[in-house]
Amino acid sequence: MTHRKDGAPGYLLSTLDALVAWGRKYSLFPLTFATACCGIEVMGALGTHYDLSRFGAEVVRFSPRQADVLLVAGTVNYKMAPVLRRIYDQMLEPKWVISMGACACSGGFYNNYTVLQGIDKIMPVDVYIPGCPPNPEGIIDAVVQIQKIIETGAPRAAERWPGTR
Amino acid sequence: MSRVLDKLAAVFGTEVVATHSDFGDDTALVRRDRIVEILVFLRDDPDLLFDFAMDLTGVDHYGEEPRFEVVYHLYSLEKKHRVRIKVRLPEDDPAVDSAVTVWPTLNWYEREAYDMYGIIFRGHPRLTRILMYEGFDGHPLRKDYPKEKRQPTIGPEE
Amino acid sequence: MMEPFDSDAGGAKLDLQSEPMILNIGPSHPATHTTLRFRTVLDGETILDLEPEFGYLHRGFEKESEAATWTQVIPYTDRLNYCSAMMNNVGYAMAVEKLCGIEVPERCQYIRVIISELSRIIDHMVCVGTNMVDIGALTNFWYFWKCREEVYKVLEELCGQRLTTTYTRIGGVMADVPEGWTDRVLAVCRGVIPEGIADVDRLLTRNRIFIERTMGVGGITPKEAIALGFTGPCLRATGVPLDLRKDHPYMVYDRFDFDVPVGEAGDTCDRYMVRMEEMRQSLRIIEQAVAGMPGGPVNVDDPRFILPPKEAVYENIEALMNHFKIIMEGIRVPAGEVYSATEAANGELGYYIVSKGGGGPWKIKVRPPCFPLFQGMPRLVKGHMIADLIAVLGSVNIIAGELDR
Repeated sequence: MTHRKDGAPGYLLSTLDALVAWGRKYSLFPLTFATACCGIEVMGALGTHYDLSRFGAEVVRFSPRQADVLLVAGTVNYKMAPVLRRIYDQMLEPKWVISMGACACSGGFYNNYTVLQGIDKIMPVDVYIPGCPPNPEGIIDAVVQIQKIIETGAPRAAERWPGTR
Repeated sequence: MSRVLDKLAAVFGTEVVATHSDFGDDTALVRRDRIVEILVFLRDDPDLLFDFAMDLTGVDHYGEEPRFEVVYHLYSLEKKHRVRIKVRLPEDDPAVDSAVTVWPTLNWYEREAYDMYGIIFRGHPRLTRILMYEGFDGHPLRKDYPKEKRQPTIGPEE
Repeated sequence: MMEPFDSDAGGAKLDLQSEPMILNIGPSHPATHTTLRFRTVLDGETILDLEPEFGYLHRGFEKESEAATWTQVIPYTDRLNYCSAMMNNVGYAMAVEKLCGIEVPERCQYIRVIISELSRIIDHMVCVGTNMVDIGALTNFWYFWKCREEVYKVLEELCGQRLTTTYTRIGGVMADVPEGWTDRVLAVCRGVIPEGIADVDRLLTRNRIFIERTMGVGGITPKEAIALGFTGPCLRATGVPLDLRKDHPYMVYDRFDFDVPVGEAGDTCDRYMVRMEEMRQSLRIIEQAVAGMPGGPVNVDDPRFILPPKEAVYENIEALMNHFKIIMEGIRVPAGEVYSATEAANGELGYYIVSKGGGGPWKIKVRPPCFPLFQGMPRLVKGHMIADLIAVLGSVNIIAGELDR
C-alpha cells in the first residue's frame, strides 16, 4: 500500500482501508483453541441460544492458516504452551488474540508447577474476558471489542508489544 | 476383621503387616517382596475374585519412614466387594514390582505414580513420564517439591 | 517416545507395498477435543498401532488441593469433569463426609440425586452431540444444546453459575433450593429434554449412514473391558450391568425404580444406545425424586462443619468466632483414609483421600473414569480405519479435565 511522504494514507486509500475494515469486521474467522471448561461455553456461544453468527464470527476454522482471531479458551500449561505459540506463529497477519477466562488471562486459581500464568507471557493479547468460565455474553462482547479495534484502526496488540513478538 | 482380610492373612501370614477396616474400607498393608503374588491371588481366588483394578496411586508420607506408599484399590464384579492393598517403600529405594501383567489397566497408573512421585515399578514395559513433559526435573507431587516451582518450556523464567 | 515399528509384529501383512506411515493427530485438532494427542502408525488408512498421549491439560489438581482447606477443594472438583460439575461436587462431598462420619439430611440427599441426574443428562448430551459433529451430523448438536441451555437455567438458579457450580458443601449444600425450583425442573424434564432426545433419536437411531459408521466399530469383549478397567456406559455397552447406583446404592438411589441399560457388542453404536437410554432413565429418577422430596433442613446440624447463619455472625460473638475458624482454618476432619466411589456420567468416579487431621487434605487422588478408557483406545481402534478413530474417540467421551487433572 502506498503512502504519501508525510506518512498519512492518501484520500482514496484511506477510504479503501475503511471499506476493507468494514468487510473484515463482519467476517471474522475465529480459531477456538479450547482446552478446558471455557471450551464448553464457546460451544454455548456458537449454539442456538446465543448465536455468535449474528456478529459474523461463527465460522470456526481449525486451521491457523485460515483464521484471523485466536480465541484461547481455557488453561494452558507448560506442556501445551509451545503448541499454542506455534499456532499463533502460523496465523497470517493481521491477527487478533482473545484470552478467555481466568486461566488464560492469569493462570486463574491454578498457581502451581504446571500452569502458565497467563498466555500474555508468550504472546500479545488484544482482549481479555474475565470469568471462570465467562458467560457466552462475554465472548460476544470480546468479538464486538475486536470489531471496534478493526473499525477504528487502533493498533493491534502485536503492534503495540514489539518485545513479545 | 472382614472375610477378605482374614483370608489374605491366613494365606500370606507374615507378608501382611497390618490390617484395618476403618470407615468401612478393608485395608491391608503388605510387604513389597511378594506383591505381585498377592495381587494374583486376590484376582484368582474363587472366594475373592478381584477382577477390577480400580486405582493405583502413590502417597508421600513426608517426614515418616518408610516415606512412600503405593496404594491399590481393587473391586470384584461378582462378589461386589472392595479392598485396599498398601505397600510401604523406603525413600532411598522407592521400588516395587510392576503389576501390569496382572491387570493391564495398571500400566498408565504406574507411569503416573512414577511421574508424580518417582516410584520405580520394576519390570514395567515403558516407565516414562506421562503427565509432565520430557525434560521436567523432579517429581511434582512429592511434598518437598515446592508448589510454585516452575520449569517453563517457553516464555520468560519466573 | 514411540518405539520403531516392527512391520512383522503380530503377523500383520501390509496391504500397500510401502512402509507404514506415522501420523500425528493433535493436540490441537478439532476432533481430539483439543488436548488429546495420538501417534498412529498407518498402513494406508488402516490403523496398525496407536499411542495416546495426554497431559496437555494437567493443572495440578492434587498439588493445589494439598495446599487448600477441605472446603476450598470443592471449586477445583468442578473443573475435573466440567461437563457435569455437580457430580464431582457430590462425589467429593460424600468422600469427606464418609471420613467425618456424618450423614446429610434426607432433603439434601434428594437434592443431590436430582442435580446428579441432571448432570448425567447434560453430560451425555455433550458426548453424543459432539460425537455426531465429529462424524458429520451437526444438527443433533444444536438440538441437544438447546436442552443444555434449559438445564443451565435451573442450575444457575440454584447456585449462580452455569458450568462450574461449587454447589455442595461438606455436610450439605450451599443453600436450599429456591421457591418453585422443583416445578421448573419438572417442566424441563417433561418438556424440552424428552423432545430433544426424541428429535435426535428420530434423526439417528434408524439412520442408515449412522449405523454404517458406528455398528461394529470399536467393539470390545466384556473380559477385555474389565481387564482394562472400563466402567460406566462403555462397560455397560459390552453387556456388563455394573452400575454403582444399583450395586452399591449410595444416597437414596435404592428408593427409585430405574433400569440399567446394557448393550451387546460394546461398539460405538451400543455406547450411543446406552447413553440415550440412560438419559431417559435419569428422567425417571428425577420424576420420582421430585415427588418424594421431603421437607426439613438441607445441612447437618453440626457447627463443626456448617457455617452459622449470617445474622448470627453479625450479632453474637460465638457465631462470629465459629465462622472465622471454619473460614481461616478449615473444618476439622479426623485422620484416616477413605475411598469413596460414585457412578458419574462416564463411569466410576473415585476419591481416595488421606487425612492427617487438620484443616486440609494430605492427599486427594481422583480416580477419573476417563483414564482407563483413554488407555484402552488402542485396543478399540486397532485394525480400523483412521476415520473410525474419530467416531470411537467421541463415543467414549474423554474429558481432558479429569483425564489430566
